Amino acid sequence: MLEEIKARLETSVPGCHPEIILNGSPSGQHSLQIDSAHAVEAAMFLRDDAELRLDYCSNVTGVDWLETDTSPGYLEAVYHLYSMERKHGPVVLRLRTENRTDRAHLPSLTPVWRSAEFQEREIFDLYGIIFDGHPDLRRILMWDEFEDHPMRRDYVEPDDYEYEPTAHDEVLSKAKQHAAQQPD
Amino acid sequence: MDQKLRIELSKQGIVTTTLQELYNWGRKNSVWPMTFGLACCAIEMIATSMARYDLARFGAEVFRASPRQADLIIVSGTVTKKMAPQVVRLYNQMAEPKYVIAMGACAISGGPFKQGYNVLKGIDRYIPVDVHIPGCPPRPEALIDAFMTLQKKIDQQTLTGEGRPRHLDPESPSEFVVPRFGAHDLEPPNNPEVFHILNNLDSCEAGEVDAGGD
Repeated sequence: MLEEIKARLETSVPGCHPEIILNGSPSGQHSLQIDSAHAVEAAMFLRDDAELRLDYCSNVTGVDWLETDTSPGYLEAVYHLYSMERKHGPVVLRLRTENRTDRAHLPSLTPVWRSAEFQEREIFDLYGIIFDGHPDLRRILMWDEFEDHPMRRDYVEPDDYEYEPTAHDEVLSKAKQHAAQQPD
Repeated sequence: MDQKLRIELSKQGIVTTTLQELYNWGRKNSVWPMTFGLACCAIEMIATSMARYDLARFGAEVFRASPRQADLIIVSGTVTKKMAPQVVRLYNQMAEPKYVIAMGACAISGGPFKQGYNVLKGIDRYIPVDVHIPGCPPRPEALIDAFMTLQKKIDQQTLTGEGRPRHLDPESPSEFVVPRFGAHDLEPPNNPEVFHILNNLDSCEAGEVDAGGD
């Protein structure tokens, strides 16, 4: 089915460069990555096309990919789409930012699927992706004064390991590190 | 007064008491908790207050919806860092004498969510806790036990001297620092006036030994 959607996207929304990302796990839930510049147009097509009618966005989540030797690293927003009308799905849609720092922008799909509103806010809060065109982009879980993005892989948590009565493994090493830094 | 004489007098129909006993008896049997729940422990707290477990038997029949009218705050559930300032502020707004029960693993330490980025590692970092209840969530019986423990604690307080309650001691504070939302964490991360750490590293080493023994 995904190949079919890809072919139809290529003809209907020229320039959106759909690409199938294979999922090697037993679930085999492959996904479709599209160019973020044409994302809104492609999303409108997926929603309104008579055969697809993907009218329901059930879940939006983020993924953080750190930089490797070959890639500068990027952030991803993953949309899970279903059709209530045609009773099929999910179709998994992926959008990638250019990098993890200054060009972490994506177009918001909230104008297409209203259910994405809070979840895009959550991704903005926890991963730091800025959704252009979002009607109300504020932090939703952390407080407004907070500056970090806790779900990023390089998030540095505050050092509050002063009292760990049952520490083991990673927590034990962090508590020891904390204790070593304290002046006597 | 001699206990034997007192018993003898009561047999003759003469009741003797002290001001302290009368005062504590009145206080311990009219501890009104605040209508304040945070998470799943709150469901157990609600169950405790209803007919089957009936916390009213212990003089806590009314849950007051205002901190001004409450004597006890039951911190029932995970305290997120976003919620912590509100919890401290509610506690500050309560009138003395006031007590705190930290109910469940989350309220006493952060519990299963301890290493979460938005979870406070125990409410005792900001306010003085009278009774801690372990459990996830604690059963209503455990909350009743904690309540009786609190009553015993109130009963043992004296009117003067060392063991007097906080509201009879002009030196001790009744309001505590409300943490502010910082750029990376709450500021301050704990209130050293109420949060005392004893031998953190020692307990860590002990934890290591335990893990090795398993």
